[in-house]
Amino acid sequence: MGSAATSAVTQRVIDEPLREVGRVNGRGRSTWSAVREILAYRQLLGRLVSRELRAKYKNSSLGVVWSLMRPLAQLIIYYVAIGQFLGAARSIPDFAVFVFTGLTVWGLYSEIVNAGTTSIVGNAGLIKKVYLPREIFPLASVGGALFNFLVQFAILVAATFVLGRPPFHVDVLYVPLSIAIIVVLATGIALVLSALNVFLRDVEHLVEILLLILFWASPIVYSAGFVHGAIGGTWLEELYFANPVTLAVLGMQKAMWVAGSEDPTQYWPDFLWLRMLIALAVSFVFLWIGQRVFSRLQSNFAQEL
Amino acid sequence: MATVQHIARVEHVSKRFVLHKDKSLKDRILYFRTRNQSKTDFWALSDVSITLGLGETVGLIGHNGSGKSTLLKVIGGIIDATSGRVLRRGRVAALLELGAGFHPDLSGRDNVYLNASILGMTTEETDAVFDDIVEFSGIGEFIDSQVKFYSSGMYVRLAFAVAVHSDPDLLLVDEVLAVGDEPFQQKCMAKIRQFQREGRTILLVSHSADQVADVCSRTVVLDGGRIVHDGSVGEGIRVLREGYERDRVAAQEAAAAKESPGSAYVGAVTISEVSVTDGSGEPIGNDQVAYGTDLVVTIHAEVHEPVDWITGFTFESVLGQMVYRLNTEGLGIDLPSAPGRYAVEFRLPRTNFGRDRIIVSAGATTLDGTTIALLNPAAHLDFEEDPHGAGVIQFAAVGSLRDEVPATT
Repeated sequence: MGSAATSAVTQRVIDEPLREVGRVNGRGRSTWSAVREILAYRQLLGRLVSRELRAKYKNSSLGVVWSLMRPLAQLIIYYVAIGQFLGAARSIPDFAVFVFTGLTVWGLYSEIVNAGTTSIVGNAGLIKKVYLPREIFPLASVGGALFNFLVQFAILVAATFVLGRPPFHVDVLYVPLSIAIIVVLATGIALVLSALNVFLRDVEHLVEILLLILFWASPIVYSAGFVHGAIGGTWLEELYFANPVTLAVLGMQKAMWVAGSEDPTQYWPDFLWLRMLIALAVSFVFLWIGQRVFSRLQSNFAQEL
Repeated sequence: MATVQHIARVEHVSKRFVLHKDKSLKDRILYFRTRNQSKTDFWALSDVSITLGLGETVGLIGHNGSGKSTLLKVIGGIIDATSGRVLRRGRVAALLELGAGFHPDLSGRDNVYLNASILGMTTEETDAVFDDIVEFSGIGEFIDSQVKFYSSGMYVRLAFAVAVHSDPDLLLVDEVLAVGDEPFQQKCMAKIRQFQREGRTILLVSHSADQVADVCSRTVVLDGGRIVHDGSVGEGIRVLREGYERDRVAAQEAAAAKESPGSAYVGAVTISEVSVTDGSGEPIGNDQVAYGTDLVVTIHAEVHEPVDWITGFTFESVLGQMVYRLNTEGLGIDLPSAPGRYAVEFRLPRTNFGRDRIIVSAGATTLDGTTIALLNPAAHLDFEEDPHGAGVIQFAAVGSLRDEVPATT
């Protein structure tokens, strides 16, 4: 390279102002600058997501089909055990679609939280060696989870067509709202948990157990009507329906489970729209808090891993 | 350029590591009261300030644990300083560990794109240099195989190729040049020289004094997290070696303290002192030895019990490389076995060592080679550097130029 290249390289640097490196202790950067930084790395984010997906299914002959096996197995278990043996299917029309709708939403939520929690520890090699906005790793887990969700959701849509009850009604607008609540809330939780997991590895085991319990705290394999019947009118019911995940599951069921949303005997909480919008707003607050916590904790990642 | 532009400025940076001895939730709850006792503070850097000028090549040296890598990571933004601040501009590529972002299950091609985007390149930029990367790495047709099937050399070559094609303004290199075979190392050094010509700034951590002396225009020596030298390369290397020597003496004393008697003859002979003088008997001391000086090495020994013994001395570089060795057996001198004090003198006429520092050690052995006395280090010698060449020895070299007359036919 000649002198022209020399001056080009030097000039490029001189044109740039000196900037402080890192997020200085005690005063974390504003959320906005973190968002800008992540946007600058969006190509890398895409590559990390595709790395995870491709590496996961690289040497298996069935590939992405495996990501469907788990929800399908769950569907069969719940359909047979809860629907038929315990008789839940008697009061819930199209029980298979009902369960699969709930499982799809829950799958997205649990995968973001689960994969997000381990994302920082799992990428320790990179974090210790290269500077990247660390939020990128939990976000890559979100991307991977969204991909699996889309595959599962496509199956769900196909199933509604096969069963002759496609979601051609105005309630289909609940779908984006429901997904938004789950993604925003789960991302906020994943940010906090991924950072905590660096300092306390117990977190990832705890998360597994909690997700197992919380699965039953949303109307996925039983309908909201059972809850209303059992604890209707008490503060417990209010608490139950204040759970953003429950609201997201209900919204998705309202949209995709046509047999139920047209059935006057099914119970739907009042003002589902409003409740979901509030849940979305709360989720955004969660996400913001999550980012702040993450930003505070991330400065010690490289030395704690 | 009239004024020197800075690419990075480190201002009063300190870094504290807290060493926890507990990790699990159980430990933390059980030992909550005493948790402060299970924490140990460790200052990896204390009040470090350096400025990197644009286009400089700075060697960062120091012995293990002196904070070199920590400083590099602080400048690279990988860890945050406990206090102080780092200002920086331009694109930084950190060669801290090659292939940190490689995924074994993906192909070389995918990994190149992934690693390039980790280093901040866009897909278009990577497309533009992709062929150069493959060529530099010498991977060839294997670029589409999964990286887990690569040999470790291929792996490192590919990773280095990506890093040097990422068009960095500031390159942080942490001992990665020590890996790879010799041709590859030469390739790396050639690339670093090309970067220098292009006006890029390089901060190089190395244990190889030769490498630092070779490419760097300035050295920073760290010791225990503090800067002990910032300036010329030769001086920096000398400071580092003094540090090594100090450590070596300390280790020696510690080892000597718990040494158990090995041979029955240990203690039969003791070496009290080794003196080094010039030809006229003037002690050398800390003076620099000029080219061509006659040296006289005298070993002062005492024989306590009758024993057949040999004595001699060794010149070593600071890094422990033997430079010259001489003993009485080699010279055909038979030493008296009767108890008494003896001074064994070795004359070295017209010495021409080129190493700036040589450690002198002396020892005595029985005829079958069992060591019975050792004095290490016994003395050290600083030789004047060869004004023209470099190496372990030096010559009064001269060069000339003449026209080559083509042979007329």
